[in-house]
Amino acid sequence: MATDIKSISLSGRKKEVSVKEMTFMEKIYLPEIAKGMGITLRHFFKKKVTINYPEEKREFSPVYRGRHILMRDENGAERCVACGLCAVACPAEAITMVAAERKPGEEGLYREEKYASVYEINMLRCIFCGLCEEACPKDAIYLTEDLIKPDFTREGFIYGKDKLVMPLEDKIEKIK
Amino acid sequence: MPKVTIDGVTIEVEPGTTIMNAARKIGGDLVPPAMCYYSTLKTSGGKCRVCLVEVTKGSDANSNPMPKLQASCCTPVMDGMEVKNLTSPRVQDMRQGVVEFLLINHPLDCPICDQAGECDLQDLSFGYGVSGSRYKEERRTFDKIDIGDKIQLHMTRCILCYRCTYVADQLTPGRVHGVIDRGDAAEISTYIQHAVDNEMSGNMIDVCPVGALTDKTFRFKSRVWFLKPFDAHRDCEKCCGKVTVWMFGNEIYRVTSRKNVFREVECDENGQPFFICNECRYDKKDKNDWVIEGVRKKEEWSVINQGKYMLDTEKVIIDADPRLSFGRKEDRKAISMVNLKVDNKQE
Repeated sequence: MATDIKSISLSGRKKEVSVKEMTFMEKIYLPEIAKGMGITLRHFFKKKVTINYPEEKREFSPVYRGRHILMRDENGAERCVACGLCAVACPAEAITMVAAERKPGEEGLYREEKYASVYEINMLRCIFCGLCEEACPKDAIYLTEDLIKPDFTREGFIYGKDKLVMPLEDKIEKIK
Repeated sequence: MPKVTIDGVTIEVEPGTTIMNAARKIGGDLVPPAMCYYSTLKTSGGKCRVCLVEVTKGSDANSNPMPKLQASCCTPVMDGMEVKNLTSPRVQDMRQGVVEFLLINHPLDCPICDQAGECDLQDLSFGYGVSGSRYKEERRTFDKIDIGDKIQLHMTRCILCYRCTYVADQLTPGRVHGVIDRGDAAEISTYIQHAVDNEMSGNMIDVCPVGALTDKTFRFKSRVWFLKPFDAHRDCEKCCGKVTVWMFGNEIYRVTSRKNVFREVECDENGQPFFICNECRYDKKDKNDWVIEGVRKKEEWSVINQGKYMLDTEKVIIDADPRLSFGRKEDRKAISMVNLKVDNKQE
Protein backbone atom coordinates (compact mmCIF):
# COMPACT_ATOMS: atom_id res chain seq x y z
CA MET A 1 0.00 0.00 0.00
CA ALA A 2 1.38 3.36 -0.98
CA THR A 3 1.87 5.67 2.01
CA ASP A 4 0.18 9.00 1.93
CA ILE A 5 2.51 11.82 0.91
CA LYS A 6 1.30 13.88 3.84
CA SER A 7 2.70 11.45 6.36
CA ILE A 8 6.19 11.20 4.88
CA SER A 9 8.81 13.24 6.67
CA LEU A 10 11.92 13.67 4.55
CA SER A 11 13.66 15.88 7.04
CA GLY A 12 12.58 13.86 10.03
CA ARG A 13 11.34 16.99 11.73
CA LYS A 14 7.79 16.99 10.55
CA LYS A 15 5.32 17.33 13.39
CA GLU A 16 1.61 17.26 13.39
CA VAL A 17 -0.01 20.41 14.72
CA SER A 18 -2.36 19.80 17.60
CA VAL A 19 -5.63 21.67 17.67
CA LYS A 20 -6.32 22.62 21.26
CA GLU A 21 -9.71 23.73 22.32
CA MET A 22 -9.84 27.43 23.29
CA THR A 23 -10.92 28.52 26.75
CA PHE A 24 -13.98 30.74 27.28
CA MET A 25 -11.84 33.90 27.63
CA GLU A 26 -10.15 33.15 24.37
CA LYS A 27 -13.38 32.40 22.69
CA ILE A 28 -15.01 35.79 23.32
CA TYR A 29 -11.99 37.57 21.75
CA LEU A 30 -12.76 40.91 23.40
CA PRO A 31 -9.77 41.06 25.79
CA GLU A 32 -7.41 40.26 22.95
CA ILE A 33 -8.93 43.00 20.79
CA ALA A 34 -8.53 45.51 23.62
CA LYS A 35 -4.92 44.44 24.08
CA GLY A 36 -4.18 44.90 20.37
CA MET A 37 -5.88 48.30 20.23
CA GLY A 38 -3.84 49.32 23.26
CA ILE A 39 -0.64 48.72 21.33
CA THR A 40 -1.97 50.68 18.36
CA LEU A 41 -3.00 53.61 20.56
CA ARG A 42 0.35 53.66 22.30
CA HIS A 43 2.01 54.28 18.94
CA PHE A 44 -0.11 57.41 18.39
CA PHE A 45 1.83 59.19 21.10
CA LYS A 46 5.28 57.90 20.16
CA LYS A 47 7.86 59.87 18.14
CA LYS A 48 7.36 59.37 14.41
CA VAL A 49 10.02 57.36 12.65
CA THR A 50 9.18 58.67 9.18
CA ILE A 51 9.73 62.12 7.72
CA ASN A 52 8.06 64.03 4.87
CA TYR A 53 10.99 63.37 2.54
CA PRO A 54 11.28 66.02 -0.13
CA GLU A 55 10.26 68.82 2.25
CA GLU A 56 12.18 67.54 5.21
CA LYS A 57 15.59 65.99 4.84
CA ARG A 58 17.42 63.77 7.23
CA GLU A 59 20.74 64.91 8.50
CA PHE A 60 23.61 63.06 6.86
CA SER A 61 26.58 61.71 8.68
CA PRO A 62 29.49 64.16 8.46
CA VAL A 63 31.49 61.55 6.53
CA TYR A 64 28.69 60.71 4.12
CA ARG A 65 29.91 60.10 0.58
CA GLY A 66 27.50 60.88 -2.23
CA ARG A 67 27.62 62.27 -5.74
CA HIS A 68 31.01 63.49 -6.96
CA ILE A 69 31.89 67.04 -7.82
CA LEU A 70 34.80 68.38 -9.85
CA MET A 71 35.94 71.49 -8.06
CA ARG A 72 36.93 74.84 -9.44
CA ASP A 73 39.73 76.88 -7.95
CA GLU A 74 39.40 80.33 -6.41
CA ASN A 75 39.32 81.92 -9.88
CA GLY A 76 36.66 79.58 -11.18
CA ALA A 77 39.03 77.48 -13.32
CA GLU A 78 38.73 73.71 -13.35
CA ARG A 79 41.24 72.03 -11.13
CA CYS A 80 41.28 68.59 -12.73
CA VAL A 81 44.33 67.88 -14.88
CA ALA A 82 43.23 64.41 -16.03
CA CYS A 83 46.18 62.74 -14.37
CA GLY A 84 44.28 59.46 -14.15
CA LEU A 85 45.12 58.74 -10.53
CA CYS A 86 41.45 58.58 -9.55
CA ALA A 87 40.78 56.10 -12.34
CA VAL A 88 43.69 53.90 -11.33
CA ALA A 89 42.69 54.08 -7.67
CA CYS A 90 39.04 53.27 -8.42
CA PRO A 91 38.37 49.69 -7.34
CA ALA A 92 35.13 49.57 -9.33
CA GLU A 93 36.72 50.98 -12.50
CA ALA A 94 33.94 53.51 -12.78
CA ILE A 95 36.00 56.47 -13.96
CA THR A 96 37.16 57.18 -17.50
CA MET A 97 38.71 60.31 -18.89
CA VAL A 98 40.24 61.83 -21.98
CA ALA A 99 42.88 64.51 -21.57
CA ALA A 100 43.41 67.53 -23.77
CA GLU A 101 45.87 70.36 -23.96
CA ARG A 102 44.83 73.84 -22.96
CA LYS A 103 44.93 76.33 -25.79
CA PRO A 104 46.18 79.89 -25.34
CA GLY A 105 43.35 82.05 -24.06
CA GLU A 106 41.71 79.30 -22.00
CA GLU A 107 43.72 80.04 -18.87
CA GLY A 108 40.59 81.18 -17.06
CA LEU A 109 38.80 77.93 -17.82
CA TYR A 110 41.44 75.40 -16.85
CA ARG A 111 44.04 75.90 -14.19
CA GLU A 112 46.88 73.89 -15.75
CA GLU A 113 48.07 73.17 -19.26
CA LYS A 114 46.33 69.81 -19.33
CA TYR A 115 42.68 69.28 -18.59
CA ALA A 116 40.03 66.60 -18.88
CA SER A 117 37.99 67.07 -22.04
CA VAL A 118 35.88 64.05 -21.14
CA TYR A 119 35.42 62.90 -17.57
CA GLU A 120 32.84 60.25 -16.90
CA ILE A 121 31.82 58.39 -13.79
CA ASN A 122 29.49 55.45 -14.10
CA MET A 123 27.35 55.86 -11.02
CA LEU A 124 26.04 52.31 -11.34
CA ARG A 125 29.56 50.98 -10.98
CA CYS A 126 30.68 53.46 -8.35
CA ILE A 127 30.73 52.10 -4.82
CA PHE A 128 31.28 55.54 -3.20
CA CYS A 129 34.40 54.42 -1.41
CA GLY A 130 36.05 57.83 -1.76
CA LEU A 131 39.39 56.50 -2.97
CA CYS A 132 39.29 58.90 -5.94
CA GLU A 133 39.05 61.77 -3.50
CA GLU A 134 42.06 60.44 -1.63
CA ALA A 135 44.12 59.84 -4.76
CA CYS A 136 43.54 63.26 -6.30
CA PRO A 137 46.76 65.31 -6.17
CA LYS A 138 45.01 68.50 -7.23
CA ASP A 139 42.09 68.52 -4.74
CA ALA A 140 39.80 68.40 -7.74
CA ILE A 141 37.33 65.62 -7.00
CA TYR A 142 35.20 65.51 -3.88
CA LEU A 143 32.26 63.41 -2.81
CA THR A 144 29.34 65.59 -1.78
CA GLU A 145 26.29 64.98 0.37
CA ASP A 146 24.03 64.91 -2.68
CA LEU A 147 22.26 61.76 -3.72
CA ILE A 148 22.28 60.22 -7.17
CA LYS A 149 18.97 60.99 -8.82
CA PRO A 150 16.93 58.04 -10.05
CA ASP A 151 16.74 57.56 -13.79
CA PHE A 152 14.96 55.32 -16.25
CA THR A 153 17.96 54.42 -18.41
CA ARG A 154 21.37 53.03 -17.61
CA GLU A 155 22.98 55.71 -19.76
CA GLY A 156 21.48 58.34 -17.50
CA PHE A 157 23.76 57.17 -14.70
CA ILE A 158 26.93 57.84 -16.64
CA TYR A 159 27.71 61.30 -15.36
CA GLY A 160 29.77 63.46 -17.65
CA LYS A 161 31.40 66.78 -17.03
CA ASP A 162 28.05 68.54 -17.44
CA LYS A 163 26.82 66.95 -14.22
CA LEU A 164 30.10 66.64 -12.33
CA VAL A 165 31.82 70.00 -12.68
CA MET A 166 30.89 72.47 -9.97
CA PRO A 167 28.46 74.99 -11.52
CA LEU A 168 29.93 78.44 -11.89
CA GLU A 169 26.99 80.01 -10.05
CA ASP A 170 27.83 77.98 -6.96
CA LYS A 171 31.39 79.17 -7.16
CA ILE A 172 30.35 82.80 -7.44
CA GLU A 173 28.07 82.40 -4.45
CA LYS A 174 30.82 80.85 -2.39
CA ILE A 175 33.19 83.69 -3.17
CA LYS A 176 30.56 86.19 -1.96
CA MET B 1 90.23 38.81 -12.95
CA PRO B 2 89.42 41.27 -10.16
CA LYS B 3 87.08 40.21 -7.42
CA VAL B 4 84.79 42.80 -5.94
CA THR B 5 82.47 42.55 -2.96
CA ILE B 6 79.36 44.72 -3.04
CA ASP B 7 77.18 44.67 0.07
CA GLY B 8 78.73 41.35 0.99
CA VAL B 9 78.14 39.69 -2.39
CA THR B 10 81.36 38.79 -4.18
CA ILE B 11 81.60 38.69 -7.95
CA GLU B 12 84.46 38.26 -10.38
CA VAL B 13 84.40 40.69 -13.30
CA GLU B 14 86.53 41.73 -16.28
CA PRO B 15 89.28 44.23 -15.51
CA GLY B 16 88.12 47.79 -16.12
CA THR B 17 84.48 47.10 -15.26
CA THR B 18 82.91 49.87 -13.23
CA ILE B 19 81.37 49.24 -9.82
CA MET B 20 77.97 50.02 -11.33
CA ASN B 21 78.28 47.33 -13.98
CA ALA B 22 79.61 44.84 -11.45
CA ALA B 23 76.58 45.55 -9.26
CA ARG B 24 74.26 45.18 -12.24
CA LYS B 25 75.79 41.78 -12.91
CA ILE B 26 74.79 40.75 -9.39
CA GLY B 27 71.42 42.44 -9.84
CA GLY B 28 68.71 42.95 -7.25
CA ASP B 29 68.30 45.79 -4.80
CA LEU B 30 71.98 46.53 -4.33
CA VAL B 31 72.32 48.10 -7.80
CA PRO B 32 72.92 51.82 -7.32
CA PRO B 33 70.36 54.01 -9.08
CA ALA B 34 71.51 55.96 -12.13
CA MET B 35 70.10 59.11 -13.61
CA CYS B 36 72.83 60.09 -16.07
CA TYR B 37 74.76 56.86 -16.71
CA TYR B 38 73.51 54.90 -19.74
CA SER B 39 75.45 51.75 -20.54
CA THR B 40 74.95 51.92 -24.29
CA LEU B 41 76.00 55.56 -24.59
CA LYS B 42 79.75 56.02 -24.40
CA THR B 43 81.24 58.51 -21.91
CA SER B 44 77.87 59.01 -20.19
CA GLY B 45 77.78 59.12 -16.41
CA GLY B 46 79.41 60.96 -13.57
CA LYS B 47 77.03 63.89 -13.52
CA CYS B 48 74.02 63.20 -11.36
CA ARG B 49 75.82 61.74 -8.30
CA VAL B 50 72.94 59.49 -7.22
CA CYS B 51 75.06 56.38 -7.81
CA LEU B 52 77.71 57.31 -5.24
CA VAL B 53 78.83 54.34 -3.12
CA GLU B 54 81.18 53.90 -0.21
CA VAL B 55 84.41 52.03 -0.95
CA THR B 56 85.46 50.57 2.40
CA LYS B 57 88.52 48.80 1.03
CA GLY B 58 90.34 50.09 -2.03
CA SER B 59 92.00 46.88 -3.14
CA ASP B 60 94.08 43.96 -1.88
CA ALA B 61 97.25 45.94 -2.60
CA ASN B 62 96.10 49.04 -0.78
CA SER B 63 93.45 48.20 1.76
CA ASN B 64 92.74 51.79 2.80
CA PRO B 65 89.16 52.95 2.36
CA MET B 66 88.49 55.73 -0.13
CA PRO B 67 87.90 58.87 1.95
CA LYS B 68 85.05 60.19 -0.14
CA LEU B 69 82.09 58.47 -1.69
CA GLN B 70 82.77 57.32 -5.25
CA ALA B 71 80.58 57.56 -8.32
CA SER B 72 80.00 53.89 -9.08
CA CYS B 73 79.30 54.50 -12.76
CA CYS B 74 82.84 55.70 -13.48
CA THR B 75 84.99 54.03 -10.83
CA PRO B 76 86.65 50.85 -12.12
CA VAL B 77 86.85 47.90 -9.76
CA MET B 78 90.15 46.74 -8.26
CA ASP B 79 90.97 43.26 -7.09
CA GLY B 80 89.70 42.76 -3.55
CA MET B 81 87.65 45.96 -3.52
CA GLU B 82 84.86 46.14 -0.98
CA VAL B 83 81.92 48.37 -1.70
CA LYS B 84 78.96 49.31 0.46
CA ASN B 85 75.78 50.63 -1.06
CA LEU B 86 72.59 49.67 0.77
CA THR B 87 74.45 48.71 3.94
CA SER B 88 76.13 52.10 4.29
CA PRO B 89 74.17 54.74 6.21
CA ARG B 90 76.50 57.35 4.77
CA VAL B 91 75.43 56.47 1.23
CA GLN B 92 71.76 56.48 2.12
CA ASP B 93 72.12 59.86 3.78
CA MET B 94 74.02 61.26 0.80
CA ARG B 95 71.47 59.95 -1.67
CA GLN B 96 68.69 61.67 0.18
CA GLY B 97 70.65 64.89 -0.14
CA VAL B 98 71.32 64.39 -3.84
CA VAL B 99 67.66 63.73 -4.53
CA GLU B 100 66.80 66.92 -2.70
CA PHE B 101 69.26 68.75 -4.91
CA LEU B 102 67.82 67.21 -8.08
CA LEU B 103 64.34 68.23 -6.98
CA ILE B 104 65.30 71.83 -6.27
CA ASN B 105 64.41 73.03 -9.72
CA HIS B 106 62.19 70.15 -10.74
CA PRO B 107 58.54 71.18 -10.91
CA LEU B 108 55.94 69.07 -9.14
CA ASP B 109 53.88 68.51 -12.25
CA CYS B 110 53.83 64.72 -12.23
CA PRO B 111 50.02 64.77 -12.69
CA ILE B 112 50.56 66.50 -16.02
CA CYS B 113 53.85 64.94 -17.08
CA ASP B 114 53.68 62.10 -19.62
CA GLN B 115 56.69 60.42 -18.03
CA ALA B 116 54.89 59.83 -14.73
CA GLY B 117 54.79 56.13 -13.93
CA GLU B 118 58.04 55.35 -15.69
CA CYS B 119 60.15 58.22 -14.42
CA ASP B 120 63.50 57.56 -12.76
CA LEU B 121 63.32 60.70 -10.69
CA GLN B 122 59.84 59.83 -9.47
CA ASP B 123 61.07 56.43 -8.28
CA LEU B 124 64.12 57.97 -6.71
CA SER B 125 62.21 60.63 -4.82
CA PHE B 126 59.71 57.99 -3.72
CA GLY B 127 62.57 55.90 -2.39
CA TYR B 128 64.89 58.51 -0.93
CA GLY B 129 63.19 61.88 -1.09
CA VAL B 130 61.62 63.78 1.72
CA SER B 131 58.07 65.02 1.32
CA GLY B 132 58.88 68.66 2.01
CA SER B 133 61.33 71.01 0.36
CA ARG B 134 63.69 73.37 2.17
CA TYR B 135 64.25 75.44 -0.92
CA LYS B 136 62.84 78.92 -0.46
CA GLU B 137 64.18 80.66 -3.56
CA GLU B 138 62.37 80.81 -6.84
CA ARG B 139 62.66 77.78 -9.08
CA ARG B 140 64.06 78.32 -12.52
CA THR B 141 61.38 78.06 -15.18
CA PHE B 142 61.43 77.91 -18.94
CA ASP B 143 58.78 78.01 -21.61
CA LYS B 144 58.24 74.72 -23.34
CA ILE B 145 60.06 74.40 -26.64
CA ASP B 146 59.24 72.34 -29.72
CA ILE B 147 62.27 70.48 -30.94
CA GLY B 148 61.00 69.53 -34.35
CA ASP B 149 57.36 68.66 -34.78
CA LYS B 150 57.56 65.41 -32.81
CA ILE B 151 59.56 66.20 -29.69
CA GLN B 152 58.55 68.55 -26.91
CA LEU B 153 61.22 69.91 -24.60
CA HIS B 154 60.21 70.94 -21.09
CA MET B 155 63.42 72.48 -19.92
CA THR B 156 61.92 73.07 -16.48
CA ARG B 157 61.87 69.32 -15.85
CA CYS B 158 65.42 68.72 -17.13
CA ILE B 159 68.05 67.53 -14.65
CA LEU B 160 70.95 68.04 -17.12
CA CYS B 161 72.04 64.43 -17.38
CA TYR B 162 73.37 65.00 -20.92
CA ARG B 163 72.04 61.64 -22.10
CA CYS B 164 70.15 63.17 -25.01
CA THR B 165 73.21 64.99 -26.29
CA TYR B 166 75.12 61.72 -26.27
CA VAL B 167 72.34 60.15 -28.32
CA ALA B 168 72.63 62.99 -30.77
CA ASP B 169 76.41 62.66 -30.84
CA GLN B 170 76.63 58.91 -31.12
CA LEU B 171 73.52 57.88 -33.00
CA THR B 172 72.91 60.68 -35.42
CA PRO B 173 75.41 62.38 -37.69
CA GLY B 174 75.59 66.12 -37.17
CA ARG B 175 74.29 67.13 -33.78
CA VAL B 176 72.19 70.26 -33.75
CA HIS B 177 71.35 70.50 -30.08
CA GLY B 178 73.36 70.66 -26.92
CA VAL B 179 73.73 72.30 -23.55
CA ILE B 180 74.26 76.03 -23.65
CA ASP B 181 75.25 78.40 -20.85
CA ARG B 182 76.80 77.31 -17.59
CA GLY B 183 75.95 76.52 -13.99
CA ASP B 184 72.47 77.41 -12.91
CA ALA B 185 71.71 78.89 -16.32
CA ALA B 186 72.63 75.74 -18.25
CA GLU B 187 69.90 74.49 -20.54
CA ILE B 188 69.34 72.04 -23.36
CA SER B 189 68.62 73.87 -26.54
CA THR B 190 68.72 73.54 -30.24
CA TYR B 191 70.90 76.30 -31.51
CA ILE B 192 68.47 79.07 -32.45
CA GLN B 193 65.54 76.63 -32.39
CA HIS B 194 66.93 74.36 -35.07
CA ALA B 195 64.70 71.41 -35.62
CA VAL B 196 66.15 68.04 -34.78
CA ASP B 197 65.05 66.10 -37.84
CA ASN B 198 67.26 63.09 -37.95
CA GLU B 199 66.10 59.51 -38.43
CA MET B 200 67.20 58.39 -34.96
CA SER B 201 66.51 61.59 -33.04
CA GLY B 202 63.45 60.12 -31.33
CA ASN B 203 65.69 58.03 -29.09
CA MET B 204 66.33 61.16 -27.07
CA ILE B 205 62.85 60.63 -25.65
CA ASP B 206 63.69 57.10 -24.53
CA VAL B 207 66.95 57.96 -22.85
CA CYS B 208 65.55 60.95 -20.96
CA PRO B 209 65.27 59.86 -17.30
CA VAL B 210 62.66 62.52 -16.57
CA GLY B 211 59.86 64.04 -18.62
CA ALA B 212 61.96 66.77 -20.19
CA LEU B 213 61.79 65.26 -23.66
CA THR B 214 58.42 63.78 -24.53
CA ASP B 215 56.78 62.33 -27.59
CA LYS B 216 54.41 64.89 -29.10
CA THR B 217 52.36 62.23 -30.85
CA PHE B 218 51.60 60.77 -27.41
CA ARG B 219 51.30 64.07 -25.59
CA PHE B 220 48.43 63.90 -23.07
CA LYS B 221 46.88 60.97 -25.00
CA SER B 222 46.79 58.61 -22.06
CA ARG B 223 48.67 57.63 -18.95
CA VAL B 224 51.20 54.81 -19.00
CA TRP B 225 49.29 52.80 -16.43
CA PHE B 226 46.20 52.65 -18.63
CA LEU B 227 48.19 51.11 -21.45
CA LYS B 228 49.49 47.60 -21.86
CA PRO B 229 53.01 47.18 -23.24
CA PHE B 230 53.55 44.49 -25.86
CA ASP B 231 56.77 43.48 -27.57
CA ALA B 232 56.41 43.84 -31.32
CA HIS B 233 58.61 43.87 -34.41
CA ARG B 234 58.45 44.78 -38.07
CA ASP B 235 60.87 44.84 -40.97
CA CYS B 236 62.52 48.23 -41.06
CA GLU B 237 65.51 49.18 -43.18
CA LYS B 238 66.53 52.01 -40.93
CA CYS B 239 66.56 50.26 -37.59
CA CYS B 240 66.21 46.88 -35.92
CA GLY B 241 62.41 47.18 -35.87
CA LYS B 242 62.18 45.63 -32.41
CA VAL B 243 60.00 47.83 -30.24
CA THR B 244 57.47 47.94 -27.42
CA VAL B 245 54.03 49.07 -28.47
CA TRP B 246 51.76 50.54 -25.81
CA MET B 247 48.20 49.53 -26.48
CA PHE B 248 44.76 50.37 -25.20
CA GLY B 249 42.57 47.55 -26.43
CA ASN B 250 43.45 47.20 -30.10
CA GLU B 251 44.76 50.72 -30.51
CA ILE B 252 48.46 51.59 -30.44
CA TYR B 253 48.99 54.76 -28.42
CA ARG B 254 52.73 54.98 -28.64
CA VAL B 255 55.84 53.09 -29.67
CA THR B 256 59.02 53.04 -27.59
CA SER B 257 62.19 51.03 -27.59
CA ARG B 258 62.44 47.97 -25.38
CA LYS B 259 63.75 48.81 -21.96
CA ASN B 260 65.33 46.47 -19.43
CA VAL B 261 65.11 46.58 -15.64
CA PHE B 262 67.62 49.43 -15.54
CA ARG B 263 65.35 51.48 -17.84
CA GLU B 264 67.92 51.22 -20.61
CA VAL B 265 67.41 50.07 -24.16
CA GLU B 266 67.83 46.32 -24.51
CA CYS B 267 70.74 44.97 -26.51
CA ASP B 268 71.11 41.98 -28.80
CA GLU B 269 73.76 39.26 -28.26
CA ASN B 270 76.50 41.44 -29.73
CA GLY B 271 75.74 44.34 -27.44
CA GLN B 272 74.06 46.34 -30.18
CA PRO B 273 71.24 48.36 -28.61
CA PHE B 274 67.74 48.23 -30.07
CA PHE B 275 67.44 51.93 -30.81
CA ILE B 276 64.54 52.61 -33.15
CA CYS B 277 64.00 55.04 -35.99
CA ASN B 278 61.50 57.86 -36.12
CA GLU B 279 59.32 56.14 -38.68
CA CYS B 280 58.71 53.20 -36.36
CA ARG B 281 58.21 55.50 -33.41
CA TYR B 282 55.85 58.11 -34.78
CA ASP B 283 54.21 56.85 -37.95
CA LYS B 284 53.43 53.20 -37.39
CA LYS B 285 50.46 53.40 -35.06
CA ASP B 286 48.37 50.77 -36.76
CA LYS B 287 48.15 47.34 -35.20
CA ASN B 288 48.57 45.71 -38.63
CA ASP B 289 52.00 47.29 -39.06
CA TRP B 290 53.41 45.18 -36.28
CA VAL B 291 53.85 41.53 -35.44
CA ILE B 292 52.97 41.38 -31.76
CA GLU B 293 55.05 38.92 -29.78
CA GLY B 294 53.53 39.09 -26.34
CA VAL B 295 52.99 41.13 -23.20
CA ARG B 296 56.08 42.84 -21.90
CA LYS B 297 56.78 42.01 -18.26
CA LYS B 298 57.35 44.99 -16.03
CA GLU B 299 58.82 45.04 -12.57
CA GLU B 300 56.38 43.78 -9.99
CA TRP B 301 56.07 47.12 -8.23
CA SER B 302 55.54 49.12 -11.41
CA VAL B 303 52.27 51.02 -11.75
CA ILE B 304 52.24 49.97 -15.42
CA ASN B 305 50.99 46.56 -14.28
CA GLN B 306 47.70 48.28 -13.42
CA GLY B 307 46.79 48.36 -17.11
CA LYS B 308 44.10 45.79 -17.57
CA TYR B 309 43.21 46.38 -21.18
CA MET B 310 44.26 43.30 -23.11
CA LEU B 311 44.08 42.45 -26.77
CA ASP B 312 40.90 40.78 -27.97
CA THR B 313 41.15 37.08 -27.49
CA GLU B 314 40.39 34.87 -30.45
CA LYS B 315 37.51 32.44 -30.30
CA VAL B 316 38.69 28.92 -29.72
CA ILE B 317 37.02 26.36 -32.00
CA ILE B 318 37.44 22.78 -30.89
CA ASP B 319 38.02 20.51 -33.83
CA ALA B 320 35.46 17.83 -33.00
CA ASP B 321 32.06 16.57 -34.04
CA PRO B 322 29.65 19.37 -33.05
CA ARG B 323 27.16 16.72 -31.93
CA LEU B 324 29.67 15.72 -29.29
CA SER B 325 28.50 18.44 -26.94
CA PHE B 326 24.92 18.12 -28.02
CA GLY B 327 24.16 14.59 -26.89
CA ARG B 328 21.91 11.92 -28.30
CA LYS B 329 18.43 12.77 -29.41
CA GLU B 330 16.73 10.50 -26.91
CA ASP B 331 18.84 11.96 -24.09
CA ARG B 332 17.94 15.48 -25.06
CA LYS B 333 14.30 14.89 -24.20
CA ALA B 334 15.15 14.57 -20.55
CA ILE B 335 16.95 17.90 -20.44
CA SER B 336 14.71 20.61 -19.08
CA MET B 337 16.07 23.12 -21.58
CA VAL B 338 15.08 21.07 -24.58
CA ASN B 339 12.60 23.69 -25.71
CA LEU B 340 15.23 26.40 -25.92
CA LYS B 341 16.33 27.27 -29.42
CA VAL B 342 19.73 25.82 -30.14
CA ASP B 343 21.63 27.18 -33.09
CA ASN B 344 22.96 24.01 -34.63
CA LYS B 345 23.00 23.66 -38.36
CA GLN B 346 23.60 19.93 -38.26
CA GLU B 347 20.16 19.42 -36.79
